[in-house]
Amino acid sequence: MFGTFFITGDPLILGAQVSIGLVSLAAIFIVTYFKKWKWLWTEWITTVDHKKIGIMYILAAILMLFRGGVDALLIRTQLALPHLEFLHAGHYNAIFTTHGVIMILFMAMPFMFGLFNIAVPLQIGARDVAYPYLNSLSFWLFFIGAMLFNISFVIGGSPDAGWLAYPPLSELSGSPGIGQNFYIWGIQISGIGSLASGINFVATILKMRAPGMKLMRMPMFTWSVLASSLTIMFAFPILTVTMAMLFLDRFLGAHFFTLDGGGNPMMYVNLIWMWGHPEVYIVILPAFGIFSDIVSTFAKKKLFGYKSMVFALMSISILSFFTWLHHFFTMGSGADVNAFFAITTMVIAIPTGVKVFNWLFTLYKGRINFSQPMLWTIAFIPCFVIGGMTGVMLAVAPADFQFHNSYFLIAHFHQVLIGGVVFGYFAGMYYWWPKMFGFKLDEKIGKWAFWFWNIGFYVCFMPQYALGLMGMTRRFNNYDTDLGWLPLNIVSTVGAFIMGLGFLFQIWQIVYSLRNHKKEKTGDAWDGRSLEWSIPSPAPMYNFARLPQVSSQDEWWEEKERRAAGVPVEPAQPLEPIHMPKNSGIPFIASIFWFIFGFGLVWDWLWMAIPGFIGIVVTLFARSFSFDTDYYIPVDEVRRSEEAALKGAK
Amino acid sequence: MRRYLRVLTPLLIMVMAVMLSGCSGQYLVLDPKGPIGESQRDLIYISAILCAVILVPVLIMTAVIVWRYRENNKKVAYKPKWEHSTKLETLVWGVPTVIIIILAAFTIKYTYDLEPSKAIASEHEPVTIEVTSLDWKWLFTYPDEGIATVNYLKFPEGVPIRFHLTSDQAMNSFWIPQLGGQIYTMSGMAMTLYLQADEAGEYYGSGANFTGEDFSKMTFKADAVSNEDYNAWVQQVKSSSPELTMDGYHKLAEKGTSDEQSFSSFPKGLFQQIVMQYMNGSDMPMHHGNSESAGSDKDMGDMDMDGMDKDMDMGSSEHANH
Ligand code: HEM
Ligand SMILES: [Cu+2]
Ligand SMILES: [Cu+2]
Repeated sequence: MFGTFFITGDPLILGAQVSIGLVSLAAIFIVTYFKKWKWLWTEWITTVDHKKIGIMYILAAILMLFRGGVDALLIRTQLALPHLEFLHAGHYNAIFTTHGVIMILFMAMPFMFGLFNIAVPLQIGARDVAYPYLNSLSFWLFFIGAMLFNISFVIGGSPDAGWLAYPPLSELSGSPGIGQNFYIWGIQISGIGSLASGINFVATILKMRAPGMKLMRMPMFTWSVLASSLTIMFAFPILTVTMAMLFLDRFLGAHFFTLDGGGNPMMYVNLIWMWGHPEVYIVILPAFGIFSDIVSTFAKKKLFGYKSMVFALMSISILSFFTWLHHFFTMGSGADVNAFFAITTMVIAIPTGVKVFNWLFTLYKGRINFSQPMLWTIAFIPCFVIGGMTGVMLAVAPADFQFHNSYFLIAHFHQVLIGGVVFGYFAGMYYWWPKMFGFKLDEKIGKWAFWFWNIGFYVCFMPQYALGLMGMTRRFNNYDTDLGWLPLNIVSTVGAFIMGLGFLFQIWQIVYSLRNHKKEKTGDAWDGRSLEWSIPSPAPMYNFARLPQVSSQDEWWEEKERRAAGVPVEPAQPLEPIHMPKNSGIPFIASIFWFIFGFGLVWDWLWMAIPGFIGIVVTLFARSFSFDTDYYIPVDEVRRSEEAALKGAK
Repeated sequence: MRRYLRVLTPLLIMVMAVMLSGCSGQYLVLDPKGPIGESQRDLIYISAILCAVILVPVLIMTAVIVWRYRENNKKVAYKPKWEHSTKLETLVWGVPTVIIIILAAFTIKYTYDLEPSKAIASEHEPVTIEVTSLDWKWLFTYPDEGIATVNYLKFPEGVPIRFHLTSDQAMNSFWIPQLGGQIYTMSGMAMTLYLQADEAGEYYGSGANFTGEDFSKMTFKADAVSNEDYNAWVQQVKSSSPELTMDGYHKLAEKGTSDEQSFSSFPKGLFQQIVMQYMNGSDMPMHHGNSESAGSDKDMGDMDMDGMDKDMDMGSSEHANH
């Protein structure tokens, strides 16, 4: 068994093993040297503070963006040099599989949850999310799931059946190796975390809003989080069940998705897209929210068509459950079915288009400031509109028979995922960075990063539309150069590396800004409109010393106007002790047991899985019977911290 | 940094323009050689134009608005509280809705017209070819001629070809871009796809759905030739190629790649056996892509499946609810 445990004899993987080893050793050494273990444990690992959890999510997402990005560059290198066998077929297949899974599930999702955590409680005037303990558990389940998935590269072998792992290829008959088990358990464990997060944010938004904040007064980002989280609540259980069935097929020889025994692989394809299509809207909706907030802040104008925007968000999240079949028009479901799903898909484009128009009307007659969050927003609009249009072209079922599985499709979804989701989350990160850390990221380096990303994007993906029309199918690691695909593939690869440079500039930007920055003292870095800008940066542990009283959309903006107009300020309510949840190490420990459990099942080692499972149950009980879970921050302490913040602002 | 960009951008655009123009003529999807591909190309153009009706104004509006209302242009109006206009809202909901309705109408019409299992109207009787995707090669069996080929397809031009498709193992997708769109090949199922080449020529074909290790080796040549050449080729294969036995098939079905091959005969009913071998759990084979107009009886009538026709019918009605 241990013979196949470590993958040996491959320079790429050996390199990865060595570097993982070295980086881990270095990290342990640094933490020990600076005596930071205790700090790490009490301040971060056990924290239930949504702001810190948000930061950890974003940090993990950036790490995963790096891993997924390296995968992408390897793929592109192979396609630019098809006959050098830079990556042999087996490797290539593993790398595009892990690229897809990592980018969607371990990059986009945590980045998104990070931004939820950073901004939502602050925007609605709450002191934390509804279930802080669950929030921490969600993070650690995501993190451990991601680690379990990533470790497959050096231990046991990576999954290589595509990011959605269609059977029968993903069944034991098609993928006898260990890799597919890592896929199942990596996704399963982190998926439970995602589902819990979705529930948590729905509850937070519905139950924790500050007095006076009616639903129709919520900032658009909060609305988008509600739409996205509701979608998670309905979509992720489908993923969990599908993965469980695939696991039972592989582990116990069930026949859910194999024909012998009466199952049906097409059922898997349907199920995975019933989750998969809503999933792409789960990640784009919050980006829409971010853009809405940024557009009105940086144009110094009220958001145009607030009600329309809310309606569009909600209808997109409902419609997204009725389009899944557009991912397999070519399965021969007949004209009636194809026509139905073609129409539902096109219908989604209407509310999506309305949002774009409303952003443009918000900019219209505004005073647009081109700071970094706004730059990414402006770059997003044309990029996303083109991507949406090619999406509509794909939705034309009979035409999709020619686009499906080709590079045209690849170009479409990268355009909406990079131009929409990634640019959106970057915009959100730049926007809320001062709220997280109390300073802005360097503008100048940021502009370099911005241009590299944008130019790189078009150089990389525009040629792929052409390649699709030239008949190039996705997932080829090799092709005949007589087909004329080589030049455009080389261009595309150059574009990918330009984006890689953009990423490096961002890392440099962060490192540089950590060392050289001006403290942002007012708490209101961008002359903002919503409540998160009414408190100091970084926000104090309890967020709001007194819960705000909300009387309009753009509450903080109006408050500033009232103050400027000299409207008498109501006397401040006396401070009261603030009720806070206590830190807990249980989520972290529970997630370790989840890792043991998952790793055991991956290898079919019950001696390992069973103790892991017992550990999970024990941690559940441990939590249920611990009653010392909260405390009060005394008034004195709140007063001291508020005064310090005030002094800082002067 | 502006300076660099000013140089870099036109340079990149030029490079791309050269690349794009250098490769024209290889846009297989836009250069179809048969009726199905032609309709699909038309539809692609129609949808592109309809999309452009929205896309172009939006791109222009974005550029103009962003430039005009930049912060330091104080000459233009600033209306910080303007947030609603019933007229504009009606317009932004209305115009896309109209476009989508038009596009939807085209889509519905073409979806029925181009239903893959619908026979192509022609004075010629269609030629039937059975397609089996294996790991990682294509097996083509000609039930009427009794010959078989691997990774190589030959058929007469100007005649509708009726493909029946299945897979042994992983799900693939059969695609000859210049003749028309693809269709999945799935184990335990028989799909139908009609294509036709209007001109003689060697067309590129490939598997489009990932099937594992050597997926990228699953390309094949589809050779459309005159009727005489086709008949001559059939005779030549019959007289000079080896037979494909059942053992030979099992060898062929093992994981691995293959060069082009041809066989003078193959076991009778091989395709049906490949489809049926997965059916030991449920006795109902599944049959895909039968629109009512095509009628599965007519469709499968010549497939020599010993009374399976009735089952096939049940299969296709069952198909509606999976
Ligand atoms: C205007 C809205 C959109 C329309 C009409 C649309 C339409 C489509 C269609 C029809 C397909 C299937 C094509 C095929 O497989 O042949 C597709 C694939 C895809 N789309 Fe979109 N799309 C839209 C927006 C988005 C957005 C916002 C995202 C993500 C943020 C997205 C991500 C994807 C992905 C990831 C795939 C394919 C994944 C795969 O096959 O591996 N799309 N889209
Ligand atoms: Cu979709
Ligand atoms: Cu079916």
